[in-house]
Amino acid sequence: MAKNLNVVGKPFRKVDARAKCVGQTKFADDIVLPRMLFCKLLRSHVPHALIKSIDASKALALPGVFAVITGKDLTIPYGILPVSQDEHALCIDKVRFVGDPVAAVAAIDEDTAFDAMNLIEVEYEPLNSITNIEEAVMIDEPRIHDYGDSGNVHKKVSLEFGNLDEGFAEADLVREDVFFYEGNTHLPMEQHAAVAHFDADQKLTLWSSTQTPHYVHRALAKVFELPAAHIRVIATPNGGGFGGKSDPFNHEVAVCKLSMITGRPVKITLTREEVFYCHRGRHPVLMKVKTGVKNDGAITAMHFQSFLDGGAYGSYGVASTFYTGALQTVTYNVPRYKFQGLRAFTNKPPCGPKRGHGTPQPRYALEVQLDKIAEQLRIDPVEIRRRHLVPPNTVTANYLRIGSMGLGACIDKVVEGSDWKNRFSGWDPTTRKLPYGKGIGIACSSYICGAGLPIYWNNMPQSAVQLRLDRQGGVCVMCGSTDIGQGSDSILAYIVAEILGIDPFDIRVVTADTDLTPVDLGSYSSRVTLMTGNAAIQAAERARELLVMAVAEKLGVPIENLSLAERRVFDVENPEVGVSFAEAVVLAESKFGTIGTVGSYTPPHSPGKFKGSGVGPSPAYSYSAAVAEVDVNPDTGIVVVERVWIAHDIGRSINPVLVMGQVEGSVYMALGEILMEEMTYRTNRNVVHKFPSLLEYKSPTTMEMCDVKTYLIEDPDPNGPYGAKEVGQGPLLPVPPAVANAVYNAVGVRIDEVPITPEKVMRALKDKGRGRNPRYGPTNVPAVEWPEPLRVLTPAEGGDGTEMPRVAVHS
Amino acid sequence: MMRLPKFEYHTPQTIAEAVKIMAAAGPAGQFVAGGTDLYPNMKRRQQMPKTVISVMRLAELNQITGDGASGLRIGASVTLTDICEHPIVNRDYPVIAKAARTISTPILRNMGTIGGNLLLDTRCNYYDQNYEWRRAINFCLKKDGDVCWVAPGSSKCWAVQSSDLVPVMVAIGAKFRLASTLGDRIIDAAGFYNDDGIDYLHKRPDELLVDIQLPPTNGWRASYQKLRRRGAFDFPVLGVAAFVSLDQGLVRNAKVVLGGIAPAPVEIKEAACVLIGGPLIDEQIAAAAEAAYVKARPLDNTDFVYQWRKQMARQYTLRALRELQT
Repeated sequence: MAKNLNVVGKPFRKVDARAKCVGQTKFADDIVLPRMLFCKLLRSHVPHALIKSIDASKALALPGVFAVITGKDLTIPYGILPVSQDEHALCIDKVRFVGDPVAAVAAIDEDTAFDAMNLIEVEYEPLNSITNIEEAVMIDEPRIHDYGDSGNVHKKVSLEFGNLDEGFAEADLVREDVFFYEGNTHLPMEQHAAVAHFDADQKLTLWSSTQTPHYVHRALAKVFELPAAHIRVIATPNGGGFGGKSDPFNHEVAVCKLSMITGRPVKITLTREEVFYCHRGRHPVLMKVKTGVKNDGAITAMHFQSFLDGGAYGSYGVASTFYTGALQTVTYNVPRYKFQGLRAFTNKPPCGPKRGHGTPQPRYALEVQLDKIAEQLRIDPVEIRRRHLVPPNTVTANYLRIGSMGLGACIDKVVEGSDWKNRFSGWDPTTRKLPYGKGIGIACSSYICGAGLPIYWNNMPQSAVQLRLDRQGGVCVMCGSTDIGQGSDSILAYIVAEILGIDPFDIRVVTADTDLTPVDLGSYSSRVTLMTGNAAIQAAERARELLVMAVAEKLGVPIENLSLAERRVFDVENPEVGVSFAEAVVLAESKFGTIGTVGSYTPPHSPGKFKGSGVGPSPAYSYSAAVAEVDVNPDTGIVVVERVWIAHDIGRSINPVLVMGQVEGSVYMALGEILMEEMTYRTNRNVVHKFPSLLEYKSPTTMEMCDVKTYLIEDPDPNGPYGAKEVGQGPLLPVPPAVANAVYNAVGVRIDEVPITPEKVMRALKDKGRGRNPRYGPTNVPAVEWPEPLRVLTPAEGGDGTEMPRVAVHS
Repeated sequence: MMRLPKFEYHTPQTIAEAVKIMAAAGPAGQFVAGGTDLYPNMKRRQQMPKTVISVMRLAELNQITGDGASGLRIGASVTLTDICEHPIVNRDYPVIAKAARTISTPILRNMGTIGGNLLLDTRCNYYDQNYEWRRAINFCLKKDGDVCWVAPGSSKCWAVQSSDLVPVMVAIGAKFRLASTLGDRIIDAAGFYNDDGIDYLHKRPDELLVDIQLPPTNGWRASYQKLRRRGAFDFPVLGVAAFVSLDQGLVRNAKVVLGGIAPAPVEIKEAACVLIGGPLIDEQIAAAAEAAYVKARPLDNTDFVYQWRKQMARQYTLRALRELQT
């Protein structure tokens, strides 16, 4: 596209920035309606038990209490994935973790609701609890759920692409490593809140801080058996989401039911502790990686096993499990690949998608192992990566179609920026260039730009945009997308403004309202800019066409001569000949009637056709490379990340400032994961969360934030709007392994377990001092009987993306 | 959000009035200054006073008088921000300003007071949780339960002394003035704290902390080193206050006091013994740090692995004493 861009690529402010800065943005908790009641949830204080009885009579007798509901009032299950419809807003016969809700109260004010909640009497019959992956694999009874692959194993996956034996036989070196990545949570500043109103016309409206209003809409229609047309879900601006507001939640269902019973609006705002119980955050994952390489570092085969601690419900877990095995192949060439994944149920808050959904854990394992391989082969860690990049416009062994691929340029940028060549001294500790205690490390990564498939099977678009132009020159963009702070509302305005030649601040953006906006699936899987962007381009191009047809006729100029810019439609050969944008709309409306256009986007089909090929395909893949510089104090083990150089292949920046903000935010979140965050429980004390508070769940403050040097690599992808790819999640991925590799460079110890805390560093240093393996981390994985893998010939082997017929075994 | 229980709130203008209201309220009464400790505790139902008496309007409690030559008197309701910024505190008692600057965050220091910090409730990962969480572990010895989950065989509560200023006050020999309807008394900081997480102060509940009296600065030096996860917000999980006075290059008097590891500040007498009489050289310092390591016995009830916190007692004592060498 040779056309000069006026808006795209420019650092405009966000369309909602001023309201947020001055506190005018209305979050869900800011909504106050006449006669509104307040809701509190009574949550289980036992980790696993049968509910014998619930007596709410004292609560109902309390003045100011309008209704109390329990599980028997909401018997239809729901869940984000069609294969995991395992949640009830309120537990019916059994509770599965400390924090699982059992009753909901609606009262005149929050104090009364709180008092009423404490008057509800629940009798439990305790069951043994399952607290970690190993227990879940070993102990079948009691079962946390009565579905799943077996006992407390929720899901097992086994996929094999190509002949692994051949690949390992070809290798000059085969390494096996075991890693553990601890779970952590999103920690959005805004606690989840929701207001429901079931009005006199029998219509239900829910305002909620959700990232996925469309999926919440579907869940409510199912649970209440109401026509979807009678339900309206409005996603309020999210004060941070990061994946933690992507499921339909029990509190959303509960306030709807309470409003239906009382006929009044009902509101709930969760406490911070309750947000920890909603969780859906990063799965703790134990991983075993076996990789074969040639002497030049070329990978010949990889066998990856992952074990996910899923917590008490399915949530996105099946998708998360596949994601721990999907994207290993898209950075460096992996000609043969086998993945086995297992997700377990445990009596803890459910895990789900957090920034990078299922991929930071395997990326950590892969990138740290690659560093170890580089050392064994005496290859510079930059070189071992740079040499074996997946070429653009190819299909990987597991049938992911790669389009643009800017990782090489990313690596070059961070290597140059960090002065890698003068700071990394090879693998001989006696010739080091940095003083002992200072270290430098590199890692790379990739992430999807939108999932290729929707969560529920359908052939409809994944995103749609509706444009309305009015005769006074106003433009309204309507889209189901949800702004969770990433700037998706602004992206819509920028793109429409670019095409219609107007100012982005002239545009009114209406989003995330199931009554007013066409469906967009939601803010997850880094899909929004790519998918809504393409839909917006289509809608705006259609509107532009109507405008230029009308203006061409009026001015007597050929259509192709007309340009839209600076709020005018004019003849490029004779720029003073033209009309204002508003006049153009009047001309078009006079000619065609009211001007409204639509656009939509459906991702291309994936080349993979085997069962399980639904997770991993994407219209495009973003790439990142990071170099981290650390200071490790050998007397205390305390690791300080001093600087991160990070390059991100964005395809094209729609707004470079927003892109940089996402990169820096990703670095910040990654520092929390690698240095301190732990979603852990006291397994011998009723499986309580160790510290469900902002004070004691340690997440970095600004004091821990390092300097960040960001480079944007712009190599437009044919599938992206103006070539744009994602940035919300991908840049988190390379940072944890880059830090781990830098720690090794600094003091010579491998910490194969996230987070890298000072006591782990000290233990590894102590082992090093005693001549033992200078490493901290797990050494083995549970023995599991895996299902016979589904085998697929790779494209190189002549495969067509379908699975091979299983060899029949007769007894 | 979390809600406060209902209570009656008083704002007396004089000390006499304040202590009178407290005497009338009895055990249901509680003084409050900045409220940064008490109100979160009340929201978590750890403390539920029926009568809350603010000390923020007592003029006498909001003053700093004197200097390093005469000794400094700091009113109990002076905010931590004022302590951090006060020119005489910074000039004559820099260790106090430095320790105060490590407390929590600027915003909380704007509200929190020096008196509140010195009377800070002891902290524990089993106690500083809301009512529903504590119910899930069937409560603990300090509040509503009968087991100390940190040391289940123990009849004692092991909640941790978590003020940054307490070890410093003990190390430099500060005194506290208390008032009640029965009159005033002055007590040494060293004798004010009790090694019991529940009954952690040698103070009757009806006594009001009026002021803190710092000794004249005739040649002594002091330092404070704090261990915590992050550069802001966090309570100490180990604090080391060191104090020495030198006479012709030899240590005449010394004190090393550890905070954040036990229900009360722990004075390492062995460290003082090693230091007193000799020059303040690396060898002596290392021996003193070793003594601190031996005496430090943290338990698993704060952030970090407790065995590592014990190791850090050596490192942080080294740092605190090295700071006093020049």
